[in-house]
Amino acid sequence: MDISKKEYEQTAKKYAGSSKMYITIPMAFLIGGLICCIGEFFLNMYQQLAGLDFDQASAYTSITLVFLSALFTGFGWYGRIAKHGGAGTLVPITGFANAVVSPALEFKTEGYVLGTGAKMFVIAGPVIVYGIAAAFIYGIIYYIYGFFS
Amino acid sequence: MAEYIKDGTIRLNNGASACSYAAAVGKMEGEGPLGECFDYISQGAELGEKTWEKAESKLQQYAFEIALSKGKLQKQDISVIFAGDLLNQCTGSAYGLRDSDTPFIGLYGACSTMAESLMLASLYADMRLGYYFAAITSSHFCSAERQFRFPINYGGVRPPTAQWTATASGCCITRSADKPPFIKAVTAGKITDMGVKDANNMGAAMAGAAYDSLSRHMENLKRTPDEYDGIFTGDLGQVGTDILHELFEKRGIDISRVHKDCGLMLYDREKQDVHAGGSGCGCSASVLCAHILPQIAEGKLHNVLFAATGALMSTTMSQQGESIPGISHVVEISDTL
Repeated sequence: MDISKKEYEQTAKKYAGSSKMYITIPMAFLIGGLICCIGEFFLNMYQQLAGLDFDQASAYTSITLVFLSALFTGFGWYGRIAKHGGAGTLVPITGFANAVVSPALEFKTEGYVLGTGAKMFVIAGPVIVYGIAAAFIYGIIYYIYGFFS
Repeated sequence: MAEYIKDGTIRLNNGASACSYAAAVGKMEGEGPLGECFDYISQGAELGEKTWEKAESKLQQYAFEIALSKGKLQKQDISVIFAGDLLNQCTGSAYGLRDSDTPFIGLYGACSTMAESLMLASLYADMRLGYYFAAITSSHFCSAERQFRFPINYGGVRPPTAQWTATASGCCITRSADKPPFIKAVTAGKITDMGVKDANNMGAAMAGAAYDSLSRHMENLKRTPDEYDGIFTGDLGQVGTDILHELFEKRGIDISRVHKDCGLMLYDREKQDVHAGGSGCGCSASVLCAHILPQIAEGKLHNVLFAATGALMSTTMSQQGESIPGISHVVEISDTL
């Protein structure tokens, strides 16, 4: 090979285009915002029509959004929306539901135990592990902080 | 008799003929610019099977059966099958051809496998180590996606440098030279690692290998790009194509006039959402069997280099932070002996 890795890297870098951020960021804002608006709608509805208090209504809202995301994933619609939504569909709780439901469905062909069961948290697993770890550390800091205030 | 020139290049002095070829593809590939050329276009990704892996095997089985029937051959006429795919342990081929009852040599060269299998099938034919030989490869978007990336319905976004694994399979049957297309020379690829680590930029990982194999092939046989009316690389996509052109330009060679990339030919990037282009063993295989070989047989193309490119990585090595080695094998095909 008559080309050095360094020279190659420079050539390769030149042609690796990046995402069109003037499209992707506004789209993430719009679609992510729309999901949050739907959440707000359910939150208000549960409080005003069902007479739940704020905490209860929040829990029901999360359950509703997770259910809808799972349903949309099952029909293959969530991925299609996510193609345009990007982080707007990834960050809300619906994105988390999609990350659990999609491998659960995908790996069903390997059986309910070794497929669905074993692979269900293959994407969401790290989020849960480090989410709990972060919460634990925060809890310790909060506990120590309590002695000084 | 095949003659070793140097540095991996072999000239087939008796020559081999690609006597029958067929391509079976998925719906999206059928809607692409080469849609009318394919022998079989599936209506759905499942092909009536319950798993993506079985669907891929079926596609490969179809390509083999159609190539046999187009050549008026029976499977007993085939002396050896050379086949490979992207799935772990090459199961796409093993399961697709398990009822073939024919000597089978499984190959792995990632997306370069079509050139690898055609190279071996041609050498066997040139040396008359049997009668007919089949070179077959396949890939399936869904089976590759779940093995290498994410579940189909996961809402992850792909970067612009990512390529789309083709749902396609191609089969080319070779025999000792009788009529065009003739396979005249081959060059085995070298494992070429240019230090690219981004698994979403396969074009960049493989362009160095394509450059190395193509320049070696032409140098060893004392040829220039002008002597060819088509240099077809496997699936470099847009990113890899741009890099390849620049690498040759730096040596004062312009290949952009004759160069085409199968990954860019299979899809319409304006209308079909494939980012940098197509990829997968079936991509170059289907373009070769449905477009390049028929064009040579009809006399529309005369001298062609077919250089399928592959990225020899696994998800494990990628996650361990290793760079991606590429490979590219070159097969020279012509309408005259």
